[in-house]
Amino acid sequence: MIKHENIETNAGLLIVLTLIVISIGGLVEIVPLFYINDTVEKVSGVRPYTPLELRGRDIYQREGCYLCHSQMVRPFRDEWLRYGHYSLAAESQYDHPFQWGSKRTGPDLARVGGKYSNAWHVAHLINPRDVVPQSIMPNYPWLQTTDLDYSDVQARMRALKKTGVPYSETQAEFDRNVAAFGPETANKLDILHAEENLMQQALTNDYDGQRDRVTEMDALVAYLQVLGTMVDFSKYDEGYFAEFR
Amino acid sequence: MSDKKARSQGAVQTTGHAWDGDIQEFNNPLPTWWLWAFYATVVFALIYWVLYPAWPVGGSFTKGMFNDITFVDSDGSVKTTHWNTRALLIRDLKEGKEARLSQEYMSKVADASYAQILADPEMMAYTRSVAKGLFGDNCAACHGAGGQGVIGLFPNLADDAWLWGGSIEQVHKTIADGRYGFMPAFSDTFDAKQLRDVASYVLSLSGNPVDGVARARGEKIFQTQEGGCHYCHTPAGTGLKSQGAANLTDQIWTIADVNGTDDPAVKLERVEKVISGGVQRQMPHWSERLTPAQIKLLTVYVHELGGGQ
Ligand code: HEC
Ligand code: HEC
Ligand code: HEC
Repeated sequence: MIKHENIETNAGLLIVLTLIVISIGGLVEIVPLFYINDTVEKVSGVRPYTPLELRGRDIYQREGCYLCHSQMVRPFRDEWLRYGHYSLAAESQYDHPFQWGSKRTGPDLARVGGKYSNAWHVAHLINPRDVVPQSIMPNYPWLQTTDLDYSDVQARMRALKKTGVPYSETQAEFDRNVAAFGPETANKLDILHAEENLMQQALTNDYDGQRDRVTEMDALVAYLQVLGTMVDFSKYDEGYFAEFR
Repeated sequence: MSDKKARSQGAVQTTGHAWDGDIQEFNNPLPTWWLWAFYATVVFALIYWVLYPAWPVGGSFTKGMFNDITFVDSDGSVKTTHWNTRALLIRDLKEGKEARLSQEYMSKVADASYAQILADPEMMAYTRSVAKGLFGDNCAACHGAGGQGVIGLFPNLADDAWLWGGSIEQVHKTIADGRYGFMPAFSDTFDAKQLRDVASYVLSLSGNPVDGVARARGEKIFQTQEGGCHYCHTPAGTGLKSQGAANLTDQIWTIADVNGTDDPAVKLERVEKVISGGVQRQMPHWSERLTPAQIKLLTVYVHELGGGQ
């Protein structure tokens, strides 16, 4: 038997035992979620981010947008009325780390995709007060003038693949993605063609309104425009989602 | 003081440990109120575990009892499930007190024609209050809280000049389906002189004093194949609503900030810039984001904001 006195006089032992006690609390809450069947809703449409969106997401984190914006619409009436459908677990299954956030200085962004035009986002990010006079959001003018560095986008996708995001490298993985997401999306999730796909998406959509360049603005707006748009909620009865809680 | 003395004299129990020879630790009993509060939380937890979803068991979890929720699903079927916030929300959206109240009006609005809504003061009052909130959540970021817009980017909805038409039907179509305001860029078509000429003519249409010779040359460009401006802006310059082409004969400017300066040369420059750069402006469509009844409310609201037509 370890005596109380032994623990109190041995800092190393005290630390180890404290960690064990604390982790029990975490494990009891988290581990069951991995084997309870009803955690992640089975909905179609949710896919990993394309290389351009992924870089946009990196910039979102770099700039600390999550400090003022949550991405988690909660199942309450007032949020439903303001933002739309509450967020599903399935919608952030490929997000590592997730961007739920915990502070709403600005509005929730989980369903901002498609709500505004690209031109609005560009004007708003350069100087929010140009379009929303009373806004307290900071300016991000450098996004529009900094070329996007995408030299390491393949490495970033590989890192996410290790956490279970289905980006493909081998033919077998590619075929699996074709079956899961269809050929068009599967192409965009192919690590080996990441740079090409990124360039193509940026140039065809021209998010930043500068035809000849691919800037950080292109990436961030591409990311914002896809948020919350992947699931077609008209395909499901609301009661279905209630089974997962 | 005397309390401290009593302790040092051993009236209070110690843990029995002694550090560095004489440092001891008192062992005071917990305050009674604290202890009872602790027991109360334990009892609360036990009751909670019985009533609400709590413990993981195998591939599932204990669902709680005595507080099942019965709700009407999207397909109209009635379902009963264990207590959870999602089911609670579905029920609340259909049967909650506020929901009932607003539904009563919402279904009235949904069933009514535009003419009926406009003629009924009670429905109009409801429309104004609800649509104001909808406008704030969905439209104000672009058009401004009062609908005043941002010159160059987003049109003013509070004036009575309309790009796409101010009738109820046209406003409804604008909101439900969105609009794409497009004018080609003429930077490759015109040289600097031609640009100046046609801009002079455009400015003269709304009564601005301009160089008469340049104006005459500009008129030819505007009204012929050379510029082709009349196809969209009409020969009179009043604009085709079906194209969303601006009326160039009024004092209202939505893209070129002509009224923002008194200097004729700067006015000319600003108009030239729009003609050479063209216009591409996107008004998003809302038919997927908002319900038909919500779009109806917004249509009436915006229509009224702009004086109505
Ligand atoms: C200091 C806090 C703060 C930070 C940091 C911040 N925002 Fe905001 N954001 C706001 C506020 C406040 C608003 C509401 C006013 C407005 O629209 O500008 C807002 C609004 C927005 C909106 C419009 C949302 C809607 O539905 O109307 C978007 C999109 C947005 N922010 C994106 C971003 C992005 C991307 C970043 C990081 C580059 C960012 N924000 C950083 C405070 C912040
Ligand atoms: C992303 C920015 C944006 C948002 C959000 C937005 N609009 Fe617009 N809206 C525009 C632009 C840009 C135009 C001008 C289109 C053009 O140039 O023809 C426009 C045009 C209009 C017009 C036509 C004006 C005219 O003169 O004919 C109406 C009406 C309108 N918007 C209503 C709304 C309503 C109602 C909402 C909210 C449900 C809304 N808009 C949200 C950008 C926006
Ligand atoms: C394809 C149709 C089309 C043609 C051709 C066209 N325009 Fe336009 N023009 C538009 C539209 C549409 C708008 C308004 C765009 C908007 O509000 O989003 C516009 C806006 C303008 C404006 C800005 C008005 C304001 O309120 O700020 C000017 C100036 C103008 N046009 C001049 C011209 C001239 C000069 C020509 C010929 C050289 C021309 N346009 C040819 C469609 C056209």
